[in-house]
Amino acid sequence: MPAALLKYALSRKYPARHAFTRRRDLKKRYDVVIIGAGGHGVAIAYYLSKYHGIKDIAILDKGYVGGGNTARNTAVIRSNYLTEEGVRFYRESVEMFQGLSNELGFNIMFENRGQLTLAHSDAAIRSFRWRAEVNQHMGVRSELVDRKTIAELVPNLNLSEDSRFPILAGLWHADGGTARHDAVAWGYASGACERGAELHQCTEVTGIETKCGRIAAVNTNRGRIECGIAVQAVAGMSSIVADMAGIRLPIHSFPLQAMVTQPYKPLLGPLVSSPHVHVYIQQTSRGEFVIGGGSDPYALYNTRSTLEMKETLSAAILELFPFLGQARVLRQWAGITDMTPDYSPIMGESPVEHYYLDAGWGTWGFKATPISGKTMAELIATGRTPDIIKPFELERFYRFQQINEAGATAASH
Amino acid sequence: MKLLHCPLNGPRNISEFTYGGEVHAMPDPDACDSSEWAEYVFFDDNRAGVVTEWWCHTATSFWFLADRNTVSDEIMRTYLPAERFSGLAAAPPDGEPSS
Repeated sequence: MPAALLKYALSRKYPARHAFTRRRDLKKRYDVVIIGAGGHGVAIAYYLSKYHGIKDIAILDKGYVGGGNTARNTAVIRSNYLTEEGVRFYRESVEMFQGLSNELGFNIMFENRGQLTLAHSDAAIRSFRWRAEVNQHMGVRSELVDRKTIAELVPNLNLSEDSRFPILAGLWHADGGTARHDAVAWGYASGACERGAELHQCTEVTGIETKCGRIAAVNTNRGRIECGIAVQAVAGMSSIVADMAGIRLPIHSFPLQAMVTQPYKPLLGPLVSSPHVHVYIQQTSRGEFVIGGGSDPYALYNTRSTLEMKETLSAAILELFPFLGQARVLRQWAGITDMTPDYSPIMGESPVEHYYLDAGWGTWGFKATPISGKTMAELIATGRTPDIIKPFELERFYRFQQINEAGATAASH
Repeated sequence: MKLLHCPLNGPRNISEFTYGGEVHAMPDPDACDSSEWAEYVFFDDNRAGVVTEWWCHTATSFWFLADRNTVSDEIMRTYLPAERFSGLAAAPPDGEPSS
């Protein structure tokens, strides 16, 4: 094998694939500048270059591609939200995830596992019934299930009636699933770069210039770039980058912590979440249990890990899956979640002309990556906000028309 | 365990407190238009750095102010709202501030 490998490495017939752009220097001007090379930013570049013929694009990132919250999220994909606007939006995203490996020619390892949300109170059952009705009306597979069905779906779950918060029922979402988050960013980024977009990593935006209320240029640590259009897709930094353009947002940034155990053989198929005890869990394709919960109790721009959160997550997950008492925690980390008052994103036009927002992604950003890329690209290319994201405009807060997804979001992701 | 110094109760575990967000000047509800009110209700500076915030000691329902660095999580100072807002009690009930 080593000889064959050496032969392959030295062969000119099989050159190493350059996944991303090879251009090193920045041009003086681009038609479109995308701030942030996370999943959303590179997806916008991909749809612009593939479906709208716009290829003069620079994607800027202060770190590396997919290295921010795209790397830190826990990769939950689902569409069982509560509002019509929310369900319509996330449903199309889930459908796009199903075919994304084929679309990109890159295996994003999408797995349709199903997602189970647990009810420990009568109030939760009533809200699940409501969500199931809305979901089914919108064509999403979502149903209220009893304890017997839960035992069949997740045989390892502690269904004892002696526990602190006995499980009464569940919301079963057969469309739920997961995917490899890094692969989603890499697939979109390489697809965009193959079509001419330029990815510039280690390029930090330090200022945004406007002229007569319109975007003019962005300043970076590598120089000034003029642009016709700019879009910010910087989850965790939304308020700070928007402030450079003189825009104030309805966002509060909180850390969200998660942790992962040592790997085990496959034990848990579906994704399981309990809003009541603030915990959710999934077993990754390499066997680790990823455990996450709610955001931290106060605002912070710091991805430190706390012992309090480790204790809270452990106590909650041991109630659901006592066998994890033997498991060792390998890592704990945090991402910064840009929380909006209504737990829905802020997408579309901003007070600055030709400066677009893809912000307020709180704890629901990864699952919206494909649909955000597609719809933001359409907005940039046509200047018209697609109907499916119209309800998420910043302007909604001035009209007091929030899209309330708080109940369908807390610790469910 | 992270400690927060309550002006009424002294140093306590931060888990005993409720975070109340950045302090903003409230516009006059009778005089302002609806967009000013929307900005007051929903929008935020969300600054990275030292900010003044509302905090409440949950068990005693005692509200006070804190200057905190939202990047390092360092709490610089906690104090009574009277320092910032006139017409409020200059000391907590039953005695002097313990700071």
